[in-house]
Amino acid sequence: MAERSFKAEVEDLRKGEGDTFTGEGILAITKALLENGVGYVGGYQGAPISHLMDVLADAQDLLGELGVRFEANANEAAAAAMLAASVHYPIRGAVTFKGPVGVNVASDALANLASSGVTGGALIVLGEDYGEGSSIMQERSHAFAMKSQFWLLDPRPNLPSIVKAVGDGFALSEASNSPVMLTMRIRSCHVTGSFATRNNVAPPLSVRDALSNPRSDFARVVLPPMSYVHEQDKVKNRWPAAEKFIQGNRLNEMFGTGGRIGIVCQGGMYNGVIRALQRLGLADIYGETQIPIYCLNVTYPLIAKEFLCFAEGKGSILVVEEGQPEFIEQTLSTYLYRAGASVKLYGKGVFPMAGEYTGAVMLEAVEGFLRAAAPEMLPAAVRAPNQDRPAIPDLTKAVPIRPPGFCTGCPERPIFAAMKLVQQDLGKHQISADIGCHLFGSLPPFEIGGATMGYGLGPAGNGAFDGGGEKRPISIIGDGGFWHSGLSSSMTNMVFNKSDGVVMVVDNYYSAATGGQDVMSSRAENATKATNHPISQAMKGIGINWVRQVDRTYDVPQLRKILHEALTTKEEGPKVIIASSECMLNKQRREKPLRAAAIKEGRRVEAPRFGVDEAICTGDHACIRLSGCPSLSLKRLDDPLRDDPVASIDQSCVGCGNCGEVADAAVLCPSFYRADVVHNPGRFEAWWAQKRAQAIAWLVARRAAKRLEFSA
Amino acid sequence: MTIHEVLEPRPVDPALGGIIKLAVLAVGGQGGGVLTGWIEALARANGYACQATSVAGVAQRTGATVYYVEMSPQTDKMPIFSLMPAAGDVDILIAAEMMEAGRSIIRGFVTPDRTTLIASTHRALAVSEKMVPGDGIASSAEVIAAAEVASRRFIAADFDAVAVGVGSVISATLFGALAASEALPFSRVAYEQAIRAGGKGVEPSLRAFAAGYEAALAGGEPPQAMGAAVPPQDQMPRGPQRLVQDWQGLCARAAALPAPAVDMALAGLRKVVEFQDTAYGQLYLERLEAVAARDRAPFDLTREGAKYIANAMAYDDVIRVADLKTRGSRFVRIRGEMGVKDGNVMQVTEFMHPRAEEIAGMLPARLGARIEADPKWMARLDRWFNKGRRLRTDGLVAYATLYVLGGLKRWRLRSLRHSHEVAHLEAWLTRAVGHLDRDYALSVEVIRCRRLVKGYSDTHARGLSKFDRVLAGIELVAGRDDAADWARRLREAALMDEEGKALDGALATIRSFA
Repeated sequence: MAERSFKAEVEDLRKGEGDTFTGEGILAITKALLENGVGYVGGYQGAPISHLMDVLADAQDLLGELGVRFEANANEAAAAAMLAASVHYPIRGAVTFKGPVGVNVASDALANLASSGVTGGALIVLGEDYGEGSSIMQERSHAFAMKSQFWLLDPRPNLPSIVKAVGDGFALSEASNSPVMLTMRIRSCHVTGSFATRNNVAPPLSVRDALSNPRSDFARVVLPPMSYVHEQDKVKNRWPAAEKFIQGNRLNEMFGTGGRIGIVCQGGMYNGVIRALQRLGLADIYGETQIPIYCLNVTYPLIAKEFLCFAEGKGSILVVEEGQPEFIEQTLSTYLYRAGASVKLYGKGVFPMAGEYTGAVMLEAVEGFLRAAAPEMLPAAVRAPNQDRPAIPDLTKAVPIRPPGFCTGCPERPIFAAMKLVQQDLGKHQISADIGCHLFGSLPPFEIGGATMGYGLGPAGNGAFDGGGEKRPISIIGDGGFWHSGLSSSMTNMVFNKSDGVVMVVDNYYSAATGGQDVMSSRAENATKATNHPISQAMKGIGINWVRQVDRTYDVPQLRKILHEALTTKEEGPKVIIASSECMLNKQRREKPLRAAAIKEGRRVEAPRFGVDEAICTGDHACIRLSGCPSLSLKRLDDPLRDDPVASIDQSCVGCGNCGEVADAAVLCPSFYRADVVHNPGRFEAWWAQKRAQAIAWLVARRAAKRLEFSA
Repeated sequence: MTIHEVLEPRPVDPALGGIIKLAVLAVGGQGGGVLTGWIEALARANGYACQATSVAGVAQRTGATVYYVEMSPQTDKMPIFSLMPAAGDVDILIAAEMMEAGRSIIRGFVTPDRTTLIASTHRALAVSEKMVPGDGIASSAEVIAAAEVASRRFIAADFDAVAVGVGSVISATLFGALAASEALPFSRVAYEQAIRAGGKGVEPSLRAFAAGYEAALAGGEPPQAMGAAVPPQDQMPRGPQRLVQDWQGLCARAAALPAPAVDMALAGLRKVVEFQDTAYGQLYLERLEAVAARDRAPFDLTREGAKYIANAMAYDDVIRVADLKTRGSRFVRIRGEMGVKDGNVMQVTEFMHPRAEEIAGMLPARLGARIEADPKWMARLDRWFNKGRRLRTDGLVAYATLYVLGGLKRWRLRSLRHSHEVAHLEAWLTRAVGHLDRDYALSVEVIRCRRLVKGYSDTHARGLSKFDRVLAGIELVAGRDDAADWARRLREAALMDEEGKALDGALATIRSFA
């Protein structure tokens, strides 16, 4: 079950001619796929396109009605490979994953697909995880399109444009026999707006029908000599066909006319450019611009003729291209040079080479461009700023950074607490981390794991240490990464190379970091997917004998003992600890409403929560250094005798148990207590509790009578 | 609420009239998405074209996040909205936490020419603030001061506490504050309609909305930095007449101490009497009077002595913990904190982990010392006792066990632990007072070093070792003009991290010149 349910929104996907859809960009894409007769869809979750996968999963009834196949692929390579169905069959297919990391994984299949060429439209909806809110390395997926010759769409970030791009993408793909990638930036995935819907269209040829009439053609196989033919075909036929389609259908847009300066921008940058122009008084709120804009809704291939036409008569042009290297600017420069044009191109230089084009960056760069190329167009206020502004105090030292971290009650927290404790006993170890929420373990307070090489590659990242040494290397991998590629890339790699290392498999029942999608080992029953395949069995299957399954990660002493054993046992070969507990975010979302209902209905419910005895806590914060839980915080006491704030647990505590376990395992202090409030207790239970309370009250009174008691 | 009347609102950017730009800075998990959804629905329902963007995904988990909304009156043409806030171009900024308000100021989203800043003054502490062994909490006062300067209007209240108070979450109180600010051209009814249209948890949200609305209007009270200390009031304890009289006698004696130290001495007196008894309180005053006798104005030494001698005398042993865990007032407090209603039953589980050291510490001093020195015996004690124990103190057996332990106060003064504590205290006091004639300030700093000794078991041991190292470092600088300053630096360094890396650095610096 995914973290967010789209069951309500899925109804919107049934809208037809004359209706209006209002919602998020990512949902608009789903609707557009259905309107364009897609035959099969798939992908692998990851921000910012996770919701697309969730919507598709929730929309399976509708997909079924239309005869559309939905595949929750094992990874991005599998998703891209699925597009093979469009090589021979005239079926439109779409897959989605994040970029550039997903494209990295998918690149083998994408390169083969691009070489073979496609018959049916093949669309890759790519969530480019770049800039604020990104959780990965800052790179561009652009280069993949250039190396394999598939086309790159980068529509303006509004719902009608995005929806149009889906249709354009399929048509372009079919017209040029090439796959097409539709790039969505983080914020355009989540941008809200409206568009006029059309009826959904069932695929003219479904994948089921195709199975009944199989096709093959060895000319499509990437083998010599056909592979050489493919290359020639790409350059001589597919590319020109794409250019013709792009130009003929005006996929790129021109705004404004005349003037001796202009702006070329990626479609995704358009709103930012307009905002900068608006602020400079050179465009109105509807985008009527005084400076002509050539908006590249297709960023690859670039159309020389179109660009040179735009450049004609202009003295200076600004290229707005986010990220690096500046592929577009380089290509446009080449076009100008080859054409012998004398247009001056601005781009990187007025813009920073690296980093997101935020509002401030955009304004400064456009202003800088105008200052150099057409200073007379700048408003007076900008040309001679003379407004006195009060100096705003510098808070950069006062405000602490707030990186993401484990949620309240996260079952991964105790795993890292145990690892930290073991390292306190046995010394620091070489630890290789993986991708997933567990990567937060590398941040304070745990600081466990020095590097991460990719999803499912934690143990592989320790390959160099497989030969062993005095201390064993440790690696971490999540259940998501394990099934994504870890089983082969990491685990079999260890077995085959006779590794002596230790692997901590962080199993939270889901691909949790991406929004809680089910994976092979998920414990939930899933109507359309095969779940409940334990990781431990997979381990046995590939010949790992030292496997320990822990079914309650909150048992810190137990985890600590097992990890200790793994690091010290004489047994050879990989040692795998599978630490399993359900993602608390998902668990709470599922159970909280159920619990509330049960209390309402008068059924017995125990609600646990932790607390701290302020008078016992000495304010050393050792517990926090083994937790970092958002609900475990600090509070200053109104006691002049105390210098340091004491630990305090707020009402967001879900009673996971980590605090108590850690206090026990690390022998911290007796300040913690757990209070279980029993709603609707049984009659005997209530009576007995009352009797106990009476006895305790008697003891309390007895002692109070003999000593001084101060009010709290 | 502050309005910078002096500052002319900056003329709206020439072509941008009509677009309202609103950003929400929140901590992941605060419900920023819900708030954004309401604002969007509000705008659309009232004839505005509106666009919202957010950043979802793993980067959001408990980290700082930004939501952004733009709106303008609906016409037949679609406006071009931006997807993210720009520095110097935000009309309304809602910060769901005080440091996020600070972050919004750093990022330039709050400017005096246009921004209405609505901020919740509560703190969700960052890990970096919480994990330091000392006090690492960032200063809200600094952010509040900056917000006064940086914003055109500043509306601040603890909207989190307000929400919790009415059983809801901060998104709803902030929505109420937004309505109260009148920064958007919509009526209060329209806001409430947006909540109703949302359809989820409508009633609690409406309650919180109203509470947030009121809190924003009442925003006149100056926002307070978190947990400002309030001096303790004179309190008369309850108990047998004879003991109350003793207490009054002790209070009178404490009142005769130098005036600047009296309040602290009374607080300290209460602590040691609660820890042991009135006779122990007398001992406390004797120790303090001995310090005071050698002290001089401004009597810093006596005041600090009053604080730290009390802390040293009321050390954290098993008996104290057991006593505190079995007090009647404790169960009342927990019931209140957990919101236990009539008809509910509350179970309380304690997490204890005694080690051989604690057991030996409870034995009579001489026997305990012998056992402590004998590894075999210590191993045996560990085998018997060193185990995590979960005690259900709402149950009779566990309660009675702790009750009996908590009653061993008379026994305490003969215990090994007590003799350790007394020895440590005497040595420390002697050392502190020893500096008095030559360097008053250093003497006070040495007294303050007692702050380093805290925690239980390993943490306590680490604290003691830091204490020893700081005092050793102080010996190296004693006699220099800046000795007290160094002593303070050493102590602060010791409180910066767990392992004492900062302290090692400071000590290395001292060794390089001393």
